Amino acid sequence: MTVLNKPLPNSLRQGPDARGRFGIFGGRFVAETLMPLILEVEKAYEEAKNDAAFMAEWRRLLTHYVGRPSPLWFAERMTQHLGGAKVYFKREELNHTGAHKINAVLGQILLAKKMGKTRIIAETGAGQHGVATATACALFNLPCTVFMGATDVARQQPNVFRMKLLGAEVEAVTSGAATLKDAMNEALRHWVANVHDTYYCIGTVAGPHPYPAMVRDFQCVIGDETREQILAAEGRLPDALVCAVGGGSSAMGLFHPFLDDEGVAMYGVEAAGRGVDTEEHAASITRGRPGVLHGNRTYLLQDSHGQIIEAHSISAGLDYPGIGPEHSWLHEKGRVNYVTATDDEALEAFQLCSKLEGIIPALESAHGIAQIIKMAPTMPKDAIIVLNLSGRGDKDIFTVAHHLGVKL
Amino acid sequence: MSRIATRFAALKAEGRGALVTFVEGYDPDPKTSLAILRGLPGAGADVIEIGVPFTDPMADGPSIQRGGLRALKAGATLDGVLALVRDMRKDDNATPIVLMGYYNPILAYGVDSFCNDAASSGVDGLIIVDVPPEEADEIEPQAKANGLDLIRLIAPTTDDARLPRVLAATSGFVYYVAIAGITGTKSASGADLAAAIPRLRKVTDLPICIGFGIRTPEAAAEAARIGDGAVVGTALVDTLAASLDEQGRAKPDTVRKVLDQVRGLAEAIRAKKAA
Repeated sequence: MTVLNKPLPNSLRQGPDARGRFGIFGGRFVAETLMPLILEVEKAYEEAKNDAAFMAEWRRLLTHYVGRPSPLWFAERMTQHLGGAKVYFKREELNHTGAHKINAVLGQILLAKKMGKTRIIAETGAGQHGVATATACALFNLPCTVFMGATDVARQQPNVFRMKLLGAEVEAVTSGAATLKDAMNEALRHWVANVHDTYYCIGTVAGPHPYPAMVRDFQCVIGDETREQILAAEGRLPDALVCAVGGGSSAMGLFHPFLDDEGVAMYGVEAAGRGVDTEEHAASITRGRPGVLHGNRTYLLQDSHGQIIEAHSISAGLDYPGIGPEHSWLHEKGRVNYVTATDDEALEAFQLCSKLEGIIPALESAHGIAQIIKMAPTMPKDAIIVLNLSGRGDKDIFTVAHHLGVKL
Repeated sequence: MSRIATRFAALKAEGRGALVTFVEGYDPDPKTSLAILRGLPGAGADVIEIGVPFTDPMADGPSIQRGGLRALKAGATLDGVLALVRDMRKDDNATPIVLMGYYNPILAYGVDSFCNDAASSGVDGLIIVDVPPEEADEIEPQAKANGLDLIRLIAPTTDDARLPRVLAATSGFVYYVAIAGITGTKSASGADLAAAIPRLRKVTDLPICIGFGIRTPEAAAEAARIGDGAVVGTALVDTLAASLDEQGRAKPDTVRKVLDQVRGLAEAIRAKKAA
């Protein structure tokens, strides 16, 4: 019965293809200087994921260093308050370093070591990925440079200081709007000039192949655990999954293991900033169209001439004019619903979650909670929603205080 | 024969390498940019590269990034750059023109109509930095159908195993990136180039131009001697930038300053031949 070993012919979980594409999205749109290295990363990753010792070491770190599995928490007061579906939080904010980013960082740092690379670079928006990378580099005694937009350096001071404490150098990037997109440009430029000894640890499911697939694979630990935990708690799969999307690594990690489960609806929540009908938002799928940036074809915020438009969000981690290519594909397939939440809705959700559950969520995750606030009341009481609470909000208290007119 | 092939054949007969100049289209404004482009052949440029401004130029250093932003502020579009080429072609039908840039503006324009319009405007070749041979099918058929050369970058990181694949996807000339890095930062030594170029000669008959980090007449002459041409970009963009007023506007001598520098580069390349 060899047929049992064959993948499902209509599975949504088989991408990308050999060219690194999900449908028309993804690919490897990089300069020739980087191309040989991208191919090397791909080869090394293909070997690593089939290497039992490599995966065992990563799992060991997840258990004993990160503190996995992260709990699946029944948010009872939130559920009561909303008066509809049961709301569960997948508590990635309890991970060491306070967000889901560390899952993929540890995998990538192990890969960099395996490849013989001796320096690590990373880009960061909110600073969560930068902190995670700086943390792993401290643990593995590797020099680390984190590229961060100067605007983000200013609004995420606590994380900048954390990275420095961990021994990383933080390069403030002043080009463009000086946010995540520009940090990624600068990291790519730096990588081009230092390919011989440097590994670029990308923080999200974007960039040239194999990054979107590799980061997703490492983040799938979120969805794999969620499946086990919800089956244990409720004896069935959830009706809906909700997660904020910037680049989309936390969402991809939660969604991917459920893609072939037809009864599970999925909602990716884009940052609507001051509103999707203003010029200040970060809703790439809702208001963008396909294009090529940062090594992949995906939905982008761009003008009619193909120039990239600066994104805006109160959340530095969502302040990016693109999205991972697999999300673009899942959007066109109609498998995942991409919706939006504004800065104001996120701020409200941030406060509500803090008061009801005693959990201060990251502003990124608060966008997901804003969607829960909209949809849970419309669903029956026996329905189940799982929200990926991807990060904690300690880093955001200054931003939130500022918006609420409180002086700290 | 294409303008590119004709030009390199003529230079070979002359016994010298080409001076390939790069400036961003529309930098700092369309009128000044056109005046510079029109003056380039007379100042000694053998091949003209025009940068198509893009908000996120991943392979460019600070000088060309700033040049691109000045150009975008002045209203640069791919359409506008093609119009510059058409204007230039009114008085020069021999100098090869190559557009260099990134893929997204071409995608937004439409690949089919872009290749068609570029060719009919008088463009001879394209360098699309973020379309490696692995993604060649994105634009190669349309470029070929319109007689546009796809000039590819070969980097120090391009190993022997990969070279044939890159060269197979290249026509017109080979652009050898002298350093592992972005434009206008480090410079390669003559010794590095003297080792690198014969490696390429063994596997291609195409002319080889060397670029990235070539700033001075001496370095240009050296690169044009070792290869078949030297590409100078950042140094010209820096001269242009230094000639602007505080508001970033062209001054009366902006065009002359850039063209004087081109003359200096051209003289050095020609002198090397004589020597």
